[in-house]
Amino acid sequence: MLNTLAAQIIFYLLAAITVGFAALVVFSRNIVYSAFALVGALMGVAGIYILLAADFVAMVQVLLYVGGIVVLTIFAVMLTQGIGDVAVSNRAAGPVAGLAVTALAGAVMLYATLRTPWHIAHNISVSATTYGVGNAFLGAYVLPFEVASLVLLAALIGAVVISRQDPPAPQTEKAGG
Amino acid sequence: MGGGITLDHFLVLGLILFLLGAYCVLTRRNAIGILMGIELILNAANINYLAFAYFGGARYDGQVFAIFVIMLAAAGAVIGLAVILAIYQNLRTIDVDAAETLSG
Repeated sequence: MLNTLAAQIIFYLLAAITVGFAALVVFSRNIVYSAFALVGALMGVAGIYILLAADFVAMVQVLLYVGGIVVLTIFAVMLTQGIGDVAVSNRAAGPVAGLAVTALAGAVMLYATLRTPWHIAHNISVSATTYGVGNAFLGAYVLPFEVASLVLLAALIGAVVISRQDPPAPQTEKAGG
Repeated sequence: MGGGITLDHFLVLGLILFLLGAYCVLTRRNAIGILMGIELILNAANINYLAFAYFGGARYDGQVFAIFVIMLAAAGAVIGLAVILAIYQNLRTIDVDAAETLSG
């Protein structure tokens, strides 16, 4: 499926979209632009998922990441920043050191990636994945699935407790609150 | 460049995305910016999971793990943003250097 010219064009297009928006997330001086560029990067990644025949994961990505996490991030940006405060909102700390560390790690990982003889299966057959993923979740992976729901519940309660403003003390009516 | 898209193409794409996220985490002082870098890193990991799942014979294990990663990323983002809001309520800033007052 990935041998056709169309697949190559689509791959490079999606890769360009993903990397371009991700670079905008990383290098933009304004945190609001970063938050909105994250939408483009995550949509590009969802396209890559579809190219890899993972249609269900791509839908989960769009629903949860783009519809949930990014909206939450934008909310947090709006709640915490002076939006017009472009200069202060996104200072970079030590770009040279960051670049050095990233380049070193990237060189090592690129070397490892390209030199490893990966095992590639022949005769890859592609079909709709929802049925198989559902069976895997309620079959071999049923225990992690249930534990994950507990983790989500704990995260939900924890977020409510952490971000709640302390109620004003009952008898002392101080100004401010 | 001829000969179709191979596993290496996807792994290098994941690598580039990971490095961008890592650079973001290393250089940002804005706590929300750091969280965005973490999201990029998790997406890079997911690309690797799905690429291995596809080229390993289109099985479902990699996809299940990718969904777990997305689930835990959601939980992590919720907790992280709640902590950031709590810090902002107390310190009126989300510069991570300001939070060093926690060390006492």
